[in-house]
Amino acid sequence: MKKLESTFWNMVLVLFGVAFISSLLLGIVHKITKAEIERAQMVKQFKSVIDVLNEGFDNNPGKEVVMLLNDENQELECFPAKKGDKLDSVAVKATTPQGFSGNVTLMVGFLADGSINKISVLEQKETPGLGTKMTEEKFKSQFYGKNLENFKAMVKKDGGDVDAITAATISSRAFCDAVNRAYKVFKTYKSTIEF
Amino acid sequence: MSYFKDFKRGILKENPVFVMLLGMCPTLGVTTGAENGLGMGLATAFVLVLSNIFVSLMKNIIPDKVRIPAFIVIIASFVTMVDLLMSAYLPALHAKLGIFIPLIVVNCVILGRAEGFASKNNPLSSMMDGIGMGLGFTLALTLLGSVRELLGSGAIFSHSLVAENARTMLLFIMPPGAFLALGFLIAAVNRLKGAK
Repeated sequence: MKKLESTFWNMVLVLFGVAFISSLLLGIVHKITKAEIERAQMVKQFKSVIDVLNEGFDNNPGKEVVMLLNDENQELECFPAKKGDKLDSVAVKATTPQGFSGNVTLMVGFLADGSINKISVLEQKETPGLGTKMTEEKFKSQFYGKNLENFKAMVKKDGGDVDAITAATISSRAFCDAVNRAYKVFKTYKSTIEF
Repeated sequence: MSYFKDFKRGILKENPVFVMLLGMCPTLGVTTGAENGLGMGLATAFVLVLSNIFVSLMKNIIPDKVRIPAFIVIIASFVTMVDLLMSAYLPALHAKLGIFIPLIVVNCVILGRAEGFASKNNPLSSMMDGIGMGLGFTLALTLLGSVRELLGSGAIFSHSLVAENARTMLLFIMPPGAFLALGFLIAAVNRLKGAK
């Protein structure tokens, strides 16, 4: 087949055709994968909820999720875990815009007395090799078992109690900020809902 | 054996990174570790093979004056499809490579091969060219990533080789280190090629 000449109508038709077929295919792929992508994200969030909660609860935290507003009018999700009728621990999903490159979203698990059980990083776009170290236990574990009443969740440079990640102070600050946001909402949760 | 030649060319002789200096943005940006380099390289190679085959198949029905926008649409569609399919069926892999995939669209290696090779050759040699260039790109990124990871955090493929608090050359993880490491690697490759 000879190559098509670059006449006006040839160009218009070919570009239109290429764009049309491409968007059609993309639409189809999007439709097929949409449900599966949402399911994968739900599974990811659910796993992190289970991960940060205290073990041994017997309810379904995903079903009893409560949305609470913080002082900046953000809606934060709280997943309560119960043993029998007694509240045992709460997982709070908190997002901060203060990351080095975009939002940092954490799932923070609090025990009923307000101390941190575990933290899981849901979403971050920090510098690979530096800020991404926030996902490692080595950094996160310094929060475990601490109660923010007497543990200042700020990096040492700012007068807090947290050892920042080397060369990633901004990412460490963002992590602390998200933890503090989660704690504030946890307190609201504790004071408004039965304990 | 010209198909084998098409394949071999991209690996060292015309390596897209070390020799042609194409695709510098992802090369410098994501190679903070060997694993990232390998992931980005393989994802790019996959799209490169597909886009080379399709551009070659369609080379006669695309008029010359609109070939670049047509190629870009084809490439972007493949990238988006790979992104969607991967996040749906391979979420674990997508969590690792997710941030690199949209970057593939702006990778000039792919457009460069579509324009420079696939639009002039038959689908089979275009495919071989895509595989070769893709492997060459992967090799270069993995090598650069390894060097930077080794010097910058004392690890290779995330396996730490030094003590917990060792003072490593953090500079190599950061952007200036990418330029330095790439410069020395290119010098080494040139020396190697000249010695032959």
